[in-house]
Amino acid sequence: MPDTPNSDDKPRPAPSARPPAAAGADRPVRRPVPKKPAEMPCEPWEGALPAALQERFSDRLSRVVLLGGQKLLVAEIAAAFEILSCLKQEHGFDYLVDVTAVHWPDKPEQFEIVWTLYSFSANERVRLKAGLAEGQPVPSATALYSSANWLEREVYDMFGIEFQDHPDLRRILMPDEWEGFPLRKEYGIVQQDSDWVRENLKIESAQ
Amino acid sequence: MEQLLANPYVPPLILTAVIILVFPLIAGYIVLAERKVLADLQVRLGPMRVGPYGVLQPLADALKLMLKEDVIPSQSDKWIFWLAPVLSTFTALSAFAVLPLSDRFFVADVNIGILFILAMSSIGALGLILGGWSANSKYSLMGSLRAAAQMVSYEVPLGFATVTAIMCAGTLSMQGVIASQLERGVWGAFDNYGLMLIPTVLFIIAGTAETNRAPFDLPEAESELVAGFHTEYSGFRWALFFLAEYAAIVVISSLCVTLFFGGWLRPFPNVAALEMPLNTLFPAALFALIALGCSKGVFRQALAGFRLVMAALTGLFLLVGAAFALPVANELMIGLFWFAFKLAAMVYLFIWYRGTFPRFRYDQLMDVGWRWLIPISMFGLILNGVVQLFARG
Amino acid sequence: MAETTLAPPEVQAETLLDSNELVLNMGPQHPSTHGVLRVILKLDGETVLGTDCVIGYLHRGVEKIAENRTFQQFAPYVDRMDYVAAVSNGLGYCMAVEKLLDAEVPPRAQAVRVILTELNRIASHLLWLGTHALDIGAITPVFLCFREREEVLKIFENYCGARLTTHAFRIGGLQYETYDTFEKQCLDLCDLMEQKLKEYHDLLTGNRIWVRRTKGVGILNAADCKDYGVTGPLIRAAGIEWDLRKAQPYCGYENYDFDIPTAETGDTFDRYMVRMEEMVQSCRIIRQAVDALPEGPIKGKVGKVIKPPPGEAYVSIEAPKGELGYYIVSDGSLNPYRVRVRPPSFVNLGALDKMCRGSLVADVVAIIGTIDIVLGEVDR
Repeated sequence: MPDTPNSDDKPRPAPSARPPAAAGADRPVRRPVPKKPAEMPCEPWEGALPAALQERFSDRLSRVVLLGGQKLLVAEIAAAFEILSCLKQEHGFDYLVDVTAVHWPDKPEQFEIVWTLYSFSANERVRLKAGLAEGQPVPSATALYSSANWLEREVYDMFGIEFQDHPDLRRILMPDEWEGFPLRKEYGIVQQDSDWVRENLKIESAQ
Repeated sequence: MEQLLANPYVPPLILTAVIILVFPLIAGYIVLAERKVLADLQVRLGPMRVGPYGVLQPLADALKLMLKEDVIPSQSDKWIFWLAPVLSTFTALSAFAVLPLSDRFFVADVNIGILFILAMSSIGALGLILGGWSANSKYSLMGSLRAAAQMVSYEVPLGFATVTAIMCAGTLSMQGVIASQLERGVWGAFDNYGLMLIPTVLFIIAGTAETNRAPFDLPEAESELVAGFHTEYSGFRWALFFLAEYAAIVVISSLCVTLFFGGWLRPFPNVAALEMPLNTLFPAALFALIALGCSKGVFRQALAGFRLVMAALTGLFLLVGAAFALPVANELMIGLFWFAFKLAAMVYLFIWYRGTFPRFRYDQLMDVGWRWLIPISMFGLILNGVVQLFARG
Repeated sequence: MAETTLAPPEVQAETLLDSNELVLNMGPQHPSTHGVLRVILKLDGETVLGTDCVIGYLHRGVEKIAENRTFQQFAPYVDRMDYVAAVSNGLGYCMAVEKLLDAEVPPRAQAVRVILTELNRIASHLLWLGTHALDIGAITPVFLCFREREEVLKIFENYCGARLTTHAFRIGGLQYETYDTFEKQCLDLCDLMEQKLKEYHDLLTGNRIWVRRTKGVGILNAADCKDYGVTGPLIRAAGIEWDLRKAQPYCGYENYDFDIPTAETGDTFDRYMVRMEEMVQSCRIIRQAVDALPEGPIKGKVGKVIKPPPGEAYVSIEAPKGELGYYIVSDGSLNPYRVRVRPPSFVNLGALDKMCRGSLVADVVAIIGTIDIVLGEVDR
């Protein structure tokens, strides 16, 4: 299994790159903690599936790699729905494991949406990432997977990313009247919390 | 004194007063017994703090319930909210009037005794329905709707089973039913070549449903409706509902004991050889054993006060046991003893169910009632009628 | 509505009458919503027309907390999500960080991890069984289940001092060596469980009321399971033989011989049987792991300062409730840049509406029980 963390290979490659296939038990016993590589090992992902995807979405798919052994696709947001739909209908990725996001306030495309997909038939996991700027629309995957409903609601709740054509886009974990989106990096935990406490509980601070 | 007791109204009135005063205590101890038996089924101890082995728990509970704040929801229909528990308790306790506690102890032996009990338990359901409706809460409302449906459905098989027993005994009087069993020399449950077992079993099942006990406790199903019809009740009002529930259990169990298990008669009432062992030895030995059990507690308890309570209990049970050895006292009490003994067995059965079965679902409850119990009870009635007509001497 | 759910004809018949729908607010204070779940039920009589889950009452912002803690500091927090299966949570998190570090866990630590995780699976399933039976009105099994669960918790307590939120594992392996009677206690527990499971089957499996309350209730077929992303015993009860321990083995699960229990219809009874059988299989795994417990170090070389290289990893394990995934992004600092928990309870609960429609109020509590949610994990 390529993405199991306890696989036998122990690649401790130099930052440059060393084919992980060469890694194995023949390596000498390591002494103290070795220097960590600056980047996770990243190598091109080869096979029928990535080839088919690259052919179809050529320029809209910017990266097709194995990052630390895990299959990763990076696409532009406009193509995301099409890729998901292609993965589900043509390649048997019938289980949407997770939808989440990461906030990078310094990048031009602030958010990164991450879909994790799994195929029961191929026992394969694929991660699709797409960056988007604040306010840019994201297609909802609810038409493809029912599980996207709650997962996208959570992303909306935590990051304020709005999904288009979502049947029921409202906050899920936070109270409906909550202001701000907690998992954004600029979200001041203490500030927000004391404001809310002051207003709703009529006390100075709960901290 | 003699003169006073000879007055036909005085002894029943005294007994009525005793029942009304003592029954809450008895109900409290049934609750304690239930908690202890359930605890035993569930590998735990049950109440152990108030008094030695928790024997004073009912008193503490009663005190707590009386002192609790009496919350009446602001949106409720206050009069009916007030009336409902009273109605339930009143009807349940009224039914005690015709229970033949023994050959001597009964309030009234009316010739429609059985009808009276059935009527009272039907009206008791009104208390549940009104209580649930007046609270103006959705859970309560659903609980009372379930109560209404359940009572209507299960009174039919209960009625058929009762009619079968009445047919077998040939009378509607409670004492008359017992007298007929004595005359025929067999308990109602085993009459008609054992065919009476059909209504007996149905009576127990329908009786459980009629008293809203598990597995038929849908009106108060706590995992679905929080507490069903009494969700909004608290404190003493809630205690009244509880009292009514336990009174209903006692009444239904008494009816069952009377109709099918010989009432206050000892087992094998016609076998004279068993008179001495069953009527004297058995109760005396039983109470002596209980006293022995209590006496162990005298030494095991750490607190002096608890030891005293255990010692008092030991003394009490020894005294009762000894009383059964005295012919005069024995004659007075033996009927009551057998009635209470059979009643206790029935109540134990009720508790045992509760510890064992999951709850029925609403539609399944109706299904069991209408598709199984009612046809079987009708079949039992006809079968027993035919047997009685042609095959009984 | 699937053709297999209960009572659709009644629903259709009753819509002919112009009756008002009753909206019943079940929870967040309710005896059988397993904590602070609030379900708004739209009812027609006792028939459920629709549900809406309101969650978040237990939201503590675990994912945000993670961004403000170092990798090691965050490890105890994960125990507070699915607090009845804290060991599994810890395992998933440690494995995800190890994946980022590309660290290696010694075989002895792997085996102990398997033993403790399987013990936790038994504990979690026992808690589920007791509360599920309680929801359906059987008040006795819960005490029996807690009695056996206590034995599991004793092992945890002996091992790491904590019973519930254990924090049993550390990044790179284990903190503590096993204690003297660890192996014996584990084997005794397996013996005990096999004996007691018989008792539970006697109490429930043959009970007609239990069977009627669970058969055909809350059906979720294989296609729906995939569509809703439902995993764990729920998907196995629908007939898909899928268990991450077999599909993508971790921690050396490939070395153990065990079966994946499955059933066919995907109703509440099937899920009950699947979980009961899973406990047996967990005992099998524990026996094998204890018998073959290797000697050696218990912690890999990860260093005192956990500072993974920039990158990301998604690691998932088969928690008692389904696929528990951790998606961790590192920016090369001491704190994780982003920790995303893929909680099985949350995703499984998403299928509640699908399972409840057309059934009765009493079924709703049975279905909530059979999904086996822990609100700490749903809300995080």
